[in-house]
Amino acid sequence: MPHDHPDHDDHLSPSGHPYRPDQDTGLSYWQVMEIATRELMIEKGVVTAGEVAAQVEAMDARSPAQGAAVVARAWTDPDFRERLLADGSAACAEMGFDVGPMRLIAVENDAATHNVVVCTLCSCYPRNLLGLPPDWYKSRAYRSRTVREPRKVLAEFGLDLPEDVTVRVHDSTADMRYLVVPARPAGTEGMDEVALADLVTRDSMIGVGIAKTP
Amino acid sequence: MADPHDGTEQGSARPFAPASSDPSRRWHDMGGTLAGPVPGDEHDFALWEKRVDALVILSGLKGVFTVDGLRRVLEDMGEEAFETMTYYERWVAALNQNHLEQGTYTVAELGAKMEEVRARGETYADAADAS
Repeated sequence: MPHDHPDHDDHLSPSGHPYRPDQDTGLSYWQVMEIATRELMIEKGVVTAGEVAAQVEAMDARSPAQGAAVVARAWTDPDFRERLLADGSAACAEMGFDVGPMRLIAVENDAATHNVVVCTLCSCYPRNLLGLPPDWYKSRAYRSRTVREPRKVLAEFGLDLPEDVTVRVHDSTADMRYLVVPARPAGTEGMDEVALADLVTRDSMIGVGIAKTP
Repeated sequence: MADPHDGTEQGSARPFAPASSDPSRRWHDMGGTLAGPVPGDEHDFALWEKRVDALVILSGLKGVFTVDGLRRVLEDMGEEAFETMTYYERWVAALNQNHLEQGTYTVAELGAKMEEVRARGETYADAADAS
């Protein structure tokens, strides 16, 4: 592996996010532990280097695009929508997306109800559909306050919900993950599934945002 | 939907006290406690962080330990570790602890390997290249 961050000169990753400071300094104790643990696991025959590389690649391949495809299908196919709301894991598997052994529950936003997802105990997240969770999802502030004052938290994300909209907060567990199906934006009647998927943001599927308008 | 883990239900049924002052809950059970604004920053995961994640997932798939084993160590690390270590620093510590407990390798083997890794160079890229 030649380099872990080829564009580090400007301190921004290819996606424009800053790297953690600890990546730009010398080798840390915990990085040494990662290398040592990985090599010992390989030497002891627990895993192979190829399996580790394949797992990292599989993770890199996961992105909110998969969740967005599921949402766009639900917007355009009423039968699929019903199946998704009835059994999220099975409906995603139908599209070729393996959500893992956890139960996936899809919850739908509409004019009267807004759903938002949190994991108060740790960082459970539908990672197979959305990729790895963002830093804020794992923060103390999000974990503690989302179940206490969800409207205030949503306002910090720029989402001010009218008082007559019910806010439902879903607390994930190790065995159960939630996917928010955001409301389909107005003015998208003529759009196909692929174009619609572009409107579905990661944050709208966590419930801290809404789908983009075309 | 009858969901015992629904945050709204949970939040309304519990006293809203900081976890540290409430003997009925452990520090990681932070739902409903007070905190400041949600931090807006995000970072892309470094290769070493992705590898930690991959090793945890693979350890589960290979039957070495489960997500419960991971969480037990994370939760036993306590609140100070949560505040001072990054997410994947905590995860690599938990990964390693579980492998030590399961006998994948010994403390002595780990110590020797960490020394060997450290001697390879000053950067992650140098140290991660064994060959």
